[in-house]
This record gives sequence, C-alpha cells and structure tokens, in this order.
Amino acid sequence: MQAVLALADGSIFRGTGFGSSGLAAGEICFNTAMTGYQEILTDPSYCGQIVTLTYPHIGNTGINPEDMEGAQIFCSALVLRNMPRTPSNWRSQQSLPDFLVEQGIPAIAGMDTRALTRRLRNGGAQNAALLVGVKVDEQEALNAARRFPGLLGRDLVQDVAAQHSSEWLLASGSPEQAYQAQPITHPKHHVVVYDFGKKHNILRLLADRACRVTLVSPKTPAAEVIALHPDGVLFSNGPGDPDALDYAQEALREIMAARIPTFGLCLGHQLLGLALGAKTIKMKFGHHGANHPVKDLRTGRVLITSQNHGFAVDAQTLPDVLRITHTSLFDGSLQGMAHKDLPVFSFQGHPEAGPGPHDASIIFDAFVTAMQQYGAAHA
Amino acid sequence: MPKHQDIHSVLLIGAGPIVIGQACEFDYSGVQACKALREEGCRVILVNSNPATIMTDIQTADATYIEPVEWQTVARIIEMERPDAILPTMGGQTALNCALDLHREGILDKFGVRLIGASVEAIRAAEDRGLFKKAMQEIGLDVARSAFGHDMDGARQIAEDIGFPVIIRPSFTLGGTGGGIAYNREEFEDIAARGLEASPTHEILIEESIIGWKEFEMEVVRDQADNCIIVCSIENLDPMGIHTGDSITVAPAQTLTDREYQRMRDASIAVLRRIGVDTGGSNVQFAVNPADGRLIIIEMNPRVSRSSALASKATGFPIAKIAAKLALGFTLDELRNDITQATPASFEPTIDYVVTKIPRFAFEKFPEADDHLTTQMKSVGEVMAIGRSFQESLQKALRGLETGVDGLDEKLSGSDPETLQKLEQEMRVPGPERLWYLADAVRRGWNQDKIQQITRIDPWFLEQIFELVQQEECLRGMPLASLNAARLRELKSMGFSDRRLARLLGCRESQLREQRQKWGIRPVYKRVDTCAAEFHSPTPYLYSTYEMECEAEPGNQPKIMILGGGPNRIGQGIEFDYCCVHASMALHADGFETIMVNCNPETVSTDYDTSDRLYFEPLTLEDVLEIVAVEKPQGVIVQFGGQTPLKLANDLEAAGVPIIGTTPDSIDLAEDRERFQQLLQRLELRQPENAIARSAPEALSKALELGYPLVVRPSYVLGGRAMRIVYAEEDLQRYMEEAVRISNDQPILLDRFLNDALEVDIDAVADQDGQVVVAGIMEHIEQAGVHSGDSACCLPPYSLPEAIQTELRRQTVELALALGVVGLMNCQFAVQEDRIYVLEVNPRASRTVPFVSKATGWPLAKIASRCMTGQTLKAQGVTDIPNPRHFSVKEAVFPFIKFPGVDILLGPEMKSTGEVMGIGASFGEAFLKAQMGAGEHFPSAGTVFISVRDADKDKLVPAALTLVDLGFQLVATRGTAEHLRAQGLDVTTVNKVTEGRPHIVDAIKNGKVQIIINTVDERQSVRDSFSIRRAALQMGLTYYTTLAGAIAGAEAIRVLMREKRSVLRLQDLQHH
Repeated sequence: MQAVLALADGSIFRGTGFGSSGLAAGEICFNTAMTGYQEILTDPSYCGQIVTLTYPHIGNTGINPEDMEGAQIFCSALVLRNMPRTPSNWRSQQSLPDFLVEQGIPAIAGMDTRALTRRLRNGGAQNAALLVGVKVDEQEALNAARRFPGLLGRDLVQDVAAQHSSEWLLASGSPEQAYQAQPITHPKHHVVVYDFGKKHNILRLLADRACRVTLVSPKTPAAEVIALHPDGVLFSNGPGDPDALDYAQEALREIMAARIPTFGLCLGHQLLGLALGAKTIKMKFGHHGANHPVKDLRTGRVLITSQNHGFAVDAQTLPDVLRITHTSLFDGSLQGMAHKDLPVFSFQGHPEAGPGPHDASIIFDAFVTAMQQYGAAHA
Repeated sequence: MPKHQDIHSVLLIGAGPIVIGQACEFDYSGVQACKALREEGCRVILVNSNPATIMTDIQTADATYIEPVEWQTVARIIEMERPDAILPTMGGQTALNCALDLHREGILDKFGVRLIGASVEAIRAAEDRGLFKKAMQEIGLDVARSAFGHDMDGARQIAEDIGFPVIIRPSFTLGGTGGGIAYNREEFEDIAARGLEASPTHEILIEESIIGWKEFEMEVVRDQADNCIIVCSIENLDPMGIHTGDSITVAPAQTLTDREYQRMRDASIAVLRRIGVDTGGSNVQFAVNPADGRLIIIEMNPRVSRSSALASKATGFPIAKIAAKLALGFTLDELRNDITQATPASFEPTIDYVVTKIPRFAFEKFPEADDHLTTQMKSVGEVMAIGRSFQESLQKALRGLETGVDGLDEKLSGSDPETLQKLEQEMRVPGPERLWYLADAVRRGWNQDKIQQITRIDPWFLEQIFELVQQEECLRGMPLASLNAARLRELKSMGFSDRRLARLLGCRESQLREQRQKWGIRPVYKRVDTCAAEFHSPTPYLYSTYEMECEAEPGNQPKIMILGGGPNRIGQGIEFDYCCVHASMALHADGFETIMVNCNPETVSTDYDTSDRLYFEPLTLEDVLEIVAVEKPQGVIVQFGGQTPLKLANDLEAAGVPIIGTTPDSIDLAEDRERFQQLLQRLELRQPENAIARSAPEALSKALELGYPLVVRPSYVLGGRAMRIVYAEEDLQRYMEEAVRISNDQPILLDRFLNDALEVDIDAVADQDGQVVVAGIMEHIEQAGVHSGDSACCLPPYSLPEAIQTELRRQTVELALALGVVGLMNCQFAVQEDRIYVLEVNPRASRTVPFVSKATGWPLAKIASRCMTGQTLKAQGVTDIPNPRHFSVKEAVFPFIKFPGVDILLGPEMKSTGEVMGIGASFGEAFLKAQMGAGEHFPSAGTVFISVRDADKDKLVPAALTLVDLGFQLVATRGTAEHLRAQGLDVTTVNKVTEGRPHIVDAIKNGKVQIIINTVDERQSVRDSFSIRRAALQMGLTYYTTLAGAIAGAEAIRVLMREKRSVLRLQDLQHH
C-alpha cells in the first residue's frame, strides 16, 4: 500500500502504508522512547494524535495481552522509519501490523522520520493527516490535515474514558508469571480514580500497594466520590486540553476541600493547577519520551521519567498555595507540585511508567503514605 | 554538590600494553578522564607503560610516567607525587588489579591516598565469583547455578543437582583447555574426568549451561547522590557461549519489550548499589532465556570497559569523561551534555539509528590456534557502523572490517554433502566467520527454523540476514541495466556497498557508482545527538544513510580530512590512530577545520571532540568519496592511518581527491619491488640479494640462484603477513602450497636472509623544500629475521658504532629526497658487520612514530602533518633531532597465552598485539623496565635452563656467567651443557623430551626451572622443543627464544638485583 503523510504547513512525506487503509488526521507528535510501542499505542492520552516513533525499528517484540495500557489503540495513526519485521519475543501473540489492521489504524513506514522530527522540533507540533491506500492523493491528505480542528480547547476525555464506574483489583504480575496481572486479596486502602483516559499501569501500581481502586467517569460529581469514603483520590492522565474540563476542576476543588489525599497525574496535574488558579499553556512540541530527567527539589534526586504531554502548567501563574516539587532538567518546566496545607500533590510525567523507567514510582509510595496518615487521623 | 574540596591531585593508572581483551579503548577513556580532571583544576599524574597512547603525551597530564604498571613502581610514583586520590577505573583490569595490590601492600594507607571511582570492596565484590554470586542472590537476582568439584563422585552429584546440559571448566588451565559441555551423563563422565586431570589443582567448575540464551549488556552510570542512568543497552547477535568481545553486538537492545527492558534496567541499578559502585560507569551483563524470559546476571565490571567505549561512541555520551567528574564528587545534573550543549548529563541517551559492532580476528597469524569462539576473548579489534536500520548498519560494519569482504560474500561453492556438512559445522561450532557461512546456508535454501536451531541466533536478526541474502540472489547474474532508480535506492538503504552490488551484477564498481550518482542516489549524513533529534545538536558527529534530509552542514573554512586506520589488527593498531589524532590536533591548532573519518569505536580518533568534524564511516573508496563530495576538503591525509587509507590512495587521487604529503606515486615507488630496486641502484645503496617470482617454478629457480636461507613473503603486506624464513627447497615448496597463492597479480618476494645481522629502524620527517630530519635511530635487540613490530628496540642505539649511525642517517636522507617524501618516512636497515642493507622503506607513518616521539620529545606526527600542509621544517624549528641522553626501549607484547597450541617462537610474521616502553639511564635499566611493563616477573634466584643452537653457544657464555654470578644455577641439554662446561661453568645435564624421562618438561612442570633460554633453527628442533616453550608459557616463566633477547635479559636481571631503579617523569626529560 502507498501512504502519504501531510502536515498542515504543506510538508509531504511519502512512504509505504501498512496497518489499516484509510485517512486519519490528528496533531502529529514524536516520541523518543526506544521500547514500549504497544504501551504508547494503547495509551488513551494519545487520542487525537498521530504518533511518530523516532526509534527506527518498531514492532520487534509483537503485541501481547499483558502490556496493554488501555483496551485499544487510541492514537489516530502511526509513523515509522522501517516496516516492522516478524516479531520475536516469548510473549508475542500478534504482529504490530496485524494489530493495527484489527484496530483500524493506518500507519506509514519507509520515510525519513528524523527529518520529520526535526521539522516538528523547530516548527512546533502541528496538525497532520495520514492517508493509506492502494492509490493516495497528496491533496486529500493535506486538506484533511488542514481541516483537523487541533487539540486546543478540546475535551477529548469523553471519547476515551469509561462512562460507568468499576472496580480494579489487579496487581502487576511478576516475570515468572509472564507479567500476567494478579488479583489482590487483602486491600488496605481504597482509592477512587477519576478516569480521564487512565493507563492500566496506574491501577496496577496502586494494587501493588494494596489499594482497591474504584474507577469513576470524568463527570462524576465530587459528592458521589466523597460518599464512597475513599482513602485517596487520583485524577488520571488523559487526552486533550485540560482547560476544557471545567467539571473536573470543580470536582477537584471539592475533593480537596474535603481534605482527602489527592494525587493529580499528567492531565490530573494540569487540572490541579487550573483548579487552584494557575494557567496552562500549549507547549511547542511537548514532552514525549522515556528519558526525561526530573529533579525532586526536596531531595535533589534526579528521576528518569516517562513523559507524554502537550500542555503544561505555567509555573509563572502558580498560586501561593502550591509549591513546586519537581522540575524538568531538559527545559526547566514545571513537573510536580504540592499543596502547602493539604495532602494534595501532582506530577506531570508518568510515574506509572508503562513504558519507561520506574524511578518515579516512589510518587505512588508517597500517595500511599499520605493515605496512611489520613487514615490514622480519621481512625 | 561541587567537587570534593580535598582532592587537588589525582593519579590515573593506565591499562599498559594492548593485549587481547584490553585495547585502545582504555586510551580513549583515560584521555577523556585526564581532560575532565584537569578541567576541574586537578593536577593529574599518569602512569602507563604504553607509549602509543595519547594519554602519555606530555600535554595530556601534568606528570606523566611511562613506567611499568605494577604496584612497586606505582608506589614509588605515589611517594614522589603524593596524589590525594587514585582513579583506578580507567585502566581496565590492569589498573584495578594494581589498585588492589597497592591496598594489600598498605601503600594507600601509608601515603593517605584514597581510591575514587571504585572502592576496594566494590572491586572485590565484582571480581570474586563467590562474593558476587552471594551478593546477587541477596538482591534477588538469578545467577547461573554452579559448584566446584574435586573428584568424580562429587562432580557427578553437582551435575545431577544442576541438571544437564552442564559446562565443565577445569581450574587454572591455559585458555580453559580441557573443559566442555556435557548434554548427558556419558559425556559428563568423559569430560569431567579429563577436566580433573587437566587441572593442576584437580578442580573443575560445573555450571548450568546457558549457551544459546540471549545476551545483553547495560552501561550504567551512577553518581554519589545515587542518581543512576542507563547510557546504552547492547544486544548480542551471537547468543551466550561466545565472549561479548568476540560477538557481533547491536545497540540498542532489539528484542526486549519495555517490561523486560525496565526489569533489566532496575536490576542493573540494583547491582551497582549492591556492589557499591558509588560513582562512575559500570557494565552489567545478562542472559535471557528466549523461551520464558528468565533473566540471569552474568557479571559486572565496576569500571569503564570496551563496552562502555562502544556505548559512548554509539550514543555520543562520554562515559569516561562523566565518570571522572563524578569521581570528583559532582552529580549528573551538575554536568552538561556536551553534544547538545543545552541539556544536562542526567538523562538517558535515546538513539534513532542502529549500531552494529563486529569483532576482527587475527587467526591468520596463528594458524595453529583453535579458531573456535568461546567464552575467552580472541579478537584483536572491532569495527562499528551506524545505520538507520539493522541491515544498513550490519552491512556497513561488514565492509568496514577490511577482511576482503564487501558484505555477506560467499565462503563456499558447491552443495556436495561435504560442503553442507562443513556449513552446518561452522554454524554450530562458531568461528570468526559464522555469519558468512550462515549466509551461504541461506543461499543453499536452508530454512530459517533450521538455521535458528543450529545457531540459536534470534529470529529477528536471522530474518533480516535472510532478506539480505535473498536480495543478493535476486540480483545475481542480472545486468546493471535491469535496475531502476527506485530499486537501487532501496538496495542502498539496505546497506549494500557499490562494490558488492557490482559484483553481483557483473559490472565494475565504478560503473555502478556512476549509474547511482546519475540517478542522484547519494547518502545523506545524520547526526549522533544523544536525543533522537529532540534537541538541536551543534556537534558534527555524523554517519551516512540513504534518506531525505542531510544534516552535514559543511563549512567554508579551509579544511583537511584525515583518514583513520579502521579496526585494530596485528600490524595496524593504536600507533596509527595516535598519528591521526596528532595530525588533527596540529592542523586544528593551525586554523584548519579537521575532519576525521574512521570506524573503530575503541579509538581516540573517533571521540566526537578530537576533530572538528567526525564521520563515523567505513574506510572504503565508496564511503570516502561520498564524504569528500559533501565536505570538499582542501587536503586529504592518507599516510597516517596505516594500510587502510594507503590502499585507497591511488583511486582517490584518480577521482580528483587532493591527497597531501608524499604522493601516491612515491608510495607506490617504495612498495613496488622492481621500481624500488631501480631506485636503490641509482642511489648506489645495498639491498639483500632478492628476486620476485610470479609462479611457483619461477620461485624455486630464483631461490636456487639466490641461495638459502631466504625470507619469502607476498608483496604489499603490512605486519609481515605470511612472511617466513625458508631454509631449504622443501620449506619453500611447503610455503607456496600452504601459505600463499602466487599469481601474476600476487607475486612473492624472495630476499637473501642475512644471518646474524643487526636490524635498525629509522623514522624521519621531510618537508616540501627537501629538508629531511632523522628523528630517531632504533637498534633492534633481536637479530634480523624477527619482524620489526615484534622486536624489542632501543633508542638511541646501544651498540651501533657512531660511524654506522652517521652513514644510516645519510642513506635515510638520500632515500627521503629520492622518494620526494613530504611527511613521515620509516626505513629499515640491516647491518651485517660493516655492511648496510636497505630492507624496506615506507614513506608513511610507521608503528614506531609514537615511541620515537616519546623518546625524543619531538611530536613527529604533528611536525609531519604541518609539512604536508606546506610548512617547512625550518619554520617549525625542527632542524636537527639529536640522540637523547636517556635510553628508551620498546618491547612487544604477545597474545600467546590466549592461543593454546601456538608456538611462541618469533619470526618474520608479526604476532604482537601491543608494545611497552621503558626509559632508563642505561640500556639495561630501560630494557628491564620494558620487560616489567610487558608483564615479566623476573626471578631473583633459581635455575636457568639453556638449550641453544650451535651458532649461539659461544655468544651465550657471558650471559650465562652473569646469571651464575647473580646466584642462578644452570641446567642444559647435553650439547649445550658440554659447551658451557668447557667454558668453566657448572652445569647440570637434563634430558631432552626425546631422550626419556624425567626430562626438561617434567622439570619445568615441577617448578624446578625459573628461566628458559631456548634458541632453535631447523624444523626438527623447533618441533622437539615446542613442548618446552609451551610449558614455559603456561608456568609463566621468564623465557627467551633469541640469543640477543637472552643477553639483554641477563643484563636486565643484573640491573634488577644490583642497581637502584629510577622512576622518571616524562616532563623532566622533554624540554623543548
């Protein structure tokens, strides 16, 4: 199959199509992680985006049931340097191209992804469209790219989040268990997770720490959550513009007012900033990778983190009640903050990894500690 | 946190000579470390016995000691210099061992000097297999199960407990001989019994077999605040069972899911914490069972390594430099990423290309050696290539090897049962060429499953190798015209070289190139930037690929391109890289933009900040021409990188590339026997009588005319490849059958061998105005007939009369003028009585340039490169280089210990991997230091065994007397004993091996002999005495196989026992 990738600025890249045929538009971004394509593809935060993976060989280990971060592929399309090969890994059950076909996602390979990445780095993220088919028309792709409404001001959470509440009790499986998630039997804490497009690994890491999780839909009123008497509330990651989610900001304020330990993660972090009066900005090309150094300003330690965000809390607008706990060593941007008076904190990167290094998983430990303290105070 | 305030001076211990397993990667690391420490205001004291290193240049450190790397010498240096700290992690195992010795001997405590980078406890925990295993189990990591057995009953029990297959390794045998892998009880009985017998301590290690598992390495860096980063992951294409240094390896890891990768990352960091590597870089190796993902830790090295050098080149992250700064107390976030110049060092490099490393072997030098690859490293060098796909990087690496292949060239023809059996055997029991045999199997239609079962290579790699071969077979026999532009572009992006394609299509390389360029199919150059283009990179560290956008951004200033030496091999090693680096430094200082082209990841030349621009590319005509087309340099230097660039000189010149310095025609004049002979006749210089033969019968008849003994060799070789001394017609006949293929294009050269002649090496430098300066006269210690690279030599000459030296200088100048040398020249002479013979002239950098530069204090390569860009010697202030007052001895270092079954006799074929230098007030002292630097542990009492050929018997007497004076006893075989007794010496007679037991080898094995002097000439006695030399090697005895070596050795022992040894600072010896 042929493929043509058009950027709204008029750049055209031709390559070989694979996955599903068809047209897909979105904001195009690049991710520099060398492992974890399956996790990236199934991360709901990528909704509305075309993902370019800068590592040239993708698909090497196939697709397996254990490494899903969401129920399906959420990004609009995939851009690669090389056509995936026959996968080779003991857990692989499906090839990446077959998975893309099954999920109806178009993909392109055989193009200069580095040239594309440099363009995005220099010119900033932009809208794009990928057209895959037996015969493809550049103009059609270009028109689609220019028609795409962009992410600014978009509430994409509704497209990806569950609309009903549910329970989660599955912890990470060990390597000996072939990483198959295992149910926990004696939970110690109860966490309500506002699902804006959560990744499964957030839930697994909570379960690993003896947390029973209740997932609730994005527009669940805070009162309903408080009525569940959770030990803590987590505002999850998710796609789109946080500024479009007034309802979530409102819920956050109410939960905080109830002094319940609250953890904002990625989109949840941005919502915390907005809820307390800070502003968010759309970044030039965002942070997408698994090698970002983040400094914990309290300890001086550097965490190598997984990152995936195109919006950020503007540190200049931070209200007095919040203090900065983490900053990016790449660009100095705000990466974590904590409420000065309440057990409320947030992290911009992905402490749940999946994919990426595990350095920041200590933030989940901090959340559990906050819940323990809260539990002791309310016992 | 700023650096430790109490560290103002640091002693850095170098790795010593280049040996198998420890090559120039430690010069690269050490140079980075020196620069990093000095940047932070530390006074750096350096000890290393290897003169062919950039680190031992007096500009690199504040105080430089070219002295043996052993604790007593280093203790003296510590006493003199009083460093605050020692950094032992930059000099390989040699430096770590030396640090442990210094600790054990109480030197560290005595002088209050601390180890930085690695503690004694950490080094021990990583080194000691028992401690390591225990530590790993404590942190929940799996290790291969193993135990020691001392008898058959115990061994059987262990094997049953572990389960088959098991690996049996006898303790303390040379090269692990006597071990094996047992798949069942029957095999176990056999191998275990043999192993117990072979081990001098009757001990075998029985280990769970993880042969065939996937092998990975992680390069980890940790700072004192416990920040840890993974710089690079490496996956071995060759599964477990082959030493990682001998494996084809790929970066980053290709067949791990993120879960598995992160598990390995967590484990690596946990290992560093547990072992206690507080600051610096370490390498952690893992095996993974492809069936179920089981992860086993193999080992860790608490220091920089060959792999860390590879990881640094593969990612652009300078591990050694960062590790040195961390050792001073900095944290990663306080250090900058030099490549982006905008982000900190506390991040994990991410790459958007594939790196392939392929080892280079030298088995052709050791035909008797077992060339099967095992867990003991046997390769002597490596090549690295970067591409945007595995296929591209693999094929670039293949052609960068310079082993005569342009890609996956065919090894075997035919499909008869014998050939097929050989194919299977070569894949099952891997040797250095397994990959090519594998390709041959693909050509014969073997399916992937079958090959996978035989080789255990991961299917992900296999599939791509299959595809390459299948592409080749589609092209085979087709005309060039059958290609279209799209197809050719596709092939080029898979990494096929022009030459390989041309061969498959039956056209000339130039035709293919012309067609390719007509279609506009040219490589672009991408940057190695540590970040997959996430940040702008101002650093021009480039590699080629066939894509859309070129990032070379060449400048307009005057520029000089330097072609490097490619992978290290015997005969072409670090010395040539040294010259290339010096050329770059000098010309950069002169205002040129310098451009380095090389593909050897171990070297200083391929550090991204050695030259203004670095092209990490194979040194083939195709690759060089494309870079020239992009850069358009004013000049290209081909005379510094050894044969690698020289081979390209004519073609480059023909393509209009501006080669500077001595012209390719002059180089040809010196290398072409017949032209050179005419030149010598014109200059009225003497040459050993010689002839050239283009067929076997011609060789035999010419040999008869010249008379035996003769030196024979193929023309156009470096390192004396396939060079022999033949004593009789049958020797010559055998040589032509076994060693060389003679043809019209590949003639052999016959030289009359000069018995008992002295050999002399001279390096000189000349400018375009015809000024010639002789830089150094080196008198060889071994007589003519031993390859100059293997021979010890002394500068200035220690016995050569002044008049002869003057005449040698005159002849050298004549030769340089006649050849029109601009730059460096090396001449080799033989002096027989008063007659001088010209053996060889090489108008290019020689192996001895670094040695001469260190001995005289004149940076020859810098001077020569300035001559090549038009400066005169006079303008540089170089008019005369007198003999220095101190003596410098260069000694060669050999890899025999790695090759069971190989004879240690020296001959005209070069076999050494490296060299050391000793500097002293007398020849004896300098020679002693050189010997110590080469790892010799002289005995100070005991017995000397002497068995020498008749011609040597008289001349050996003074040396024997010296040894007796020093208190040694003598034993000798009958003939030698009688001769020595006649001279009044007290000698005990011992049986030859052929004379019945107990014989000399029994005595050696029983520890009754400490020194062996054994010279031989004819074939029979060579064979008879082979077991003596092998036993000497195995027992680690002091041995001499040449008369001159023995005489010098006796003098060295005398100096050791009777005189006080100096420790000299190079900065005090070199004043200009």
